[in-house]
Amino acid sequence: MAVRVRIPSPLQKLTNNQSEVTAHGKNVKEIFSDLEVQYPGIKNRLYDESGNLRRFINIYINDEDIRFLKNEESELKDGDSISIIPAIAGGGCVILHRRTDLQI
Amino acid sequence: MSFFTEEQIYRYSRHIILPEVGGKGQKKLMEARVLLLGAGGLGSPAAIYLAAAGIGTIGIIDFDIVDMSNLQRQILHGVNDIGRLKAESAHDTIKSLNPDVKVELYKERLTSENIISIFKGYDIVVDGCDNFPTRYLVNDACIMTDKTNVHGSIFRFDGQVTVFKPKEGPCYRCLYPEPPPAGLVPSCQEAGVLGVLPGIIGTLQAVEVIKLILGIGKPLIGRLLLYNSLDTDFRQVKLRRDINCPVCGDNPTIKGLINYEEFCGVGRH
Repeated sequence: MAVRVRIPSPLQKLTNNQSEVTAHGKNVKEIFSDLEVQYPGIKNRLYDESGNLRRFINIYINDEDIRFLKNEESELKDGDSISIIPAIAGGGCVILHRRTDLQI
Repeated sequence: MSFFTEEQIYRYSRHIILPEVGGKGQKKLMEARVLLLGAGGLGSPAAIYLAAAGIGTIGIIDFDIVDMSNLQRQILHGVNDIGRLKAESAHDTIKSLNPDVKVELYKERLTSENIISIFKGYDIVVDGCDNFPTRYLVNDACIMTDKTNVHGSIFRFDGQVTVFKPKEGPCYRCLYPEPPPAGLVPSCQEAGVLGVLPGIIGTLQAVEVIKLILGIGKPLIGRLLLYNSLDTDFRQVKLRRDINCPVCGDNPTIKGLINYEEFCGVGRH
């Protein structure tokens, strides 16, 4: 199953500045594993140390939040689109930057 | 005797001729009390359009001082305002645009101590603040005082807008149950933001406020509008109320304000 995945700007450094990439998998979990193969490091930004999706990031299949479907087991159809949407607080502040990125 | 002066009928004539607004709607706008959280990037365009629309009372809470680097996006302020309190600069800009508007200033930080008493005096809250502790504080206080929160946020080239209306839709905690851990949050200065972006998002917030006051159209309740300026992409996703939400769920566990800096693990900036 090939789906389009929209990448939020804080993660685009990892996807060669692409705002949308293609990934393969039958559910969200597989898509993220495929993304990690294509763009190493991305999974670290999406999952916490215990392997759970970070709670300040929401994942949507088309316009539905996967928390109200079957979370990472939510199944995908050809042509579906996945969006990764982080909480933003700005005036402009965000997240998804690792501590090392902050020591500019 | 008419509610309006001759001058007001002329000033608001483009509103009054809209059947969806009319004299009745304009009166509602002139009787409304709207509180703006921040006179910065988002608060600036929201304040200007709400003042122009004839909102009766606009409250502004901001303790910050105008800096040269604010002028790239905070259109309430000008060069002559550098060094002044943003609240006072905002007051002058609003008054010069529309002297009808009553402006109430709070030149202080929003805290767990003052938020409830401030919110109680308003119909709608426009959240344009710039940090996570305040976002959660505002959310919880809106639930506790039953105030609608017109939420906008921006980052670099992206913006988000939604309306959190207690009892009718989800709240901020349903959307984002937890803030990012401390250390994952860069400062605004480090991240940057396209100057016109808050203009778009703050203006969308003003539209939602006016719709809510007039009771027209379909407010952004239960929908999150996402705008990406680089791709010129507007999208919406559905937001659902989380029945397990600690504040607005069926069995709330947070019934009073908490320590939000501790909750977010970050200091204010």
